[in-house]
Amino acid sequence: MTRFSAFSLFAKALGGHQSWPEQWPDAAPKPAYDAIIVGAGGHGLGAAYYLAKKYGITNVAVIEKGWLGGGNTGRNTTIIRSNYLYDESAHLYDHAVKLWDGLSQELNYNTMYSKRGVMMLAHNVHDVQSFKRHIHANRLNGVDNEWLSAEEAKDYCPPLSISPHARHPVLGAALQRRGGTARHDTVAWGYARAAAALGVDIIQNCAVTGIRRGADGAVEGVETERGFIAAKRIGVSAAGNTSVVMKMAGLDFPLESYPLQALVSEPIKPVFPCVVMSNTVHAYMSQSDKGELVIGAGTDQYVSYSQRGALHIVEHTLAAICEIFPIFRRMRMLRTWGGIVDVTPDRSPVLGKTPVKGLYVNCGWGTGGFKATPGAGDLLAYTMAKDEPHPINAPYNLDRFRNGRLIDEAAAAAVAH
Amino acid sequence: MMLIHCPYCGERRPEIEFAYAGEAHVARPVDPSAYTDEEWERFLFIRANPRGRHNERWRHIHGCGRFFNAVRDTVTDKFETTYKAGEPRK
Repeated sequence: MTRFSAFSLFAKALGGHQSWPEQWPDAAPKPAYDAIIVGAGGHGLGAAYYLAKKYGITNVAVIEKGWLGGGNTGRNTTIIRSNYLYDESAHLYDHAVKLWDGLSQELNYNTMYSKRGVMMLAHNVHDVQSFKRHIHANRLNGVDNEWLSAEEAKDYCPPLSISPHARHPVLGAALQRRGGTARHDTVAWGYARAAAALGVDIIQNCAVTGIRRGADGAVEGVETERGFIAAKRIGVSAAGNTSVVMKMAGLDFPLESYPLQALVSEPIKPVFPCVVMSNTVHAYMSQSDKGELVIGAGTDQYVSYSQRGALHIVEHTLAAICEIFPIFRRMRMLRTWGGIVDVTPDRSPVLGKTPVKGLYVNCGWGTGGFKATPGAGDLLAYTMAKDEPHPINAPYNLDRFRNGRLIDEAAAAAVAH
Repeated sequence: MMLIHCPYCGERRPEIEFAYAGEAHVARPVDPSAYTDEEWERFLFIRANPRGRHNERWRHIHGCGRFFNAVRDTVTDKFETTYKAGEPRK
């Protein structure tokens, strides 16, 4: 691996950039590893990286049924924020935001994390009251969040319409300045490159078809399309397919998988400086560095693994965008796609141990997993290395669905991911 | 958008006339006070979420307003059949 720097860029430029080595080798599976991660998305690759980097477990394989970063890591709207209401959530998501800071330097790979601010619009008295409550709760947890008047919101985001005659007038907004966006693909690529440099094998196009358990019930390894691979520790980070993988170990999970769509417009010059979300009008938007407006909203209503959704959801989303930003009414949309998100009953993730010895899980991020990528990877690595959860992810156990200690962010988060 | 056959109206209508209502045949507890925590967890939270054939409930909200059951493949989103509430699992 050649380290990226101004000097290496210059040196390679002299050769017409023909001599760059591959960034990570396409590994063939070995018969056994110390640990296996199922799913090479940002979360899984992050876990492999931190296992090798922080805990010295480098004999690790990341097994992916498709290609690296081709699931929800490559299908989301790249929004990063941590302004969640509950203490457990604020700690979890802010842990990730802190890791986003400096991630590009750590990985020697530009993740294009841009703290352009995430602004959530309040359209009615209820919104105003609940956002102010969020702001106070966030500040008590050390998470930045501030209240803006409608005029201040317009100053921060000029394309916003604050006309009092709008159907849903803007009464104010909550702004998290540390929130923003990152380039989704580079997160997966950066972790893959850094993990591979530490000795992690990344095995693509190799679906896991079974999880083998010994006489004592503990995991012994995974059956794959390319044969059996032994490991005493298996971390599953398979997003929408987690239910399927967990059934291989005989576990039923509190998850449902839904299609979540997003879309981008034709690219235009920089016009939109931040991320804007509106729970009431039900849409959110940002502008990528390529110039496309990146738009998203809620999931389709039914359980599905099809990675596509219905057009009426897109229509509803765009109606909302046109309502808040009349300036964009004549924009044309370029692409739309869907990913499969795994949703828990309380809309908070499950991150920790399972009833099966040696089997760990990171799932249930629903519609908002991208922002948590470094944090989830770090915490899954900790849990696998120590065989016990970190205090940050301890509340995110499976037992909460039995003992009732839910972390009910469902109403608190709504569409805003 | 999917076209869904309502077994009561006897017509295939667009998805926007219908509301999805979750997994079908999740039986309510007969004697709730006798349920253990494990049984409550299973009833309230655990879902089959299969990759493939799925029995699920729909409601024809902008039509007859009635609940019915359907079998749909969750990979292709194709409906195999729909049947009236109360009929045995298909």
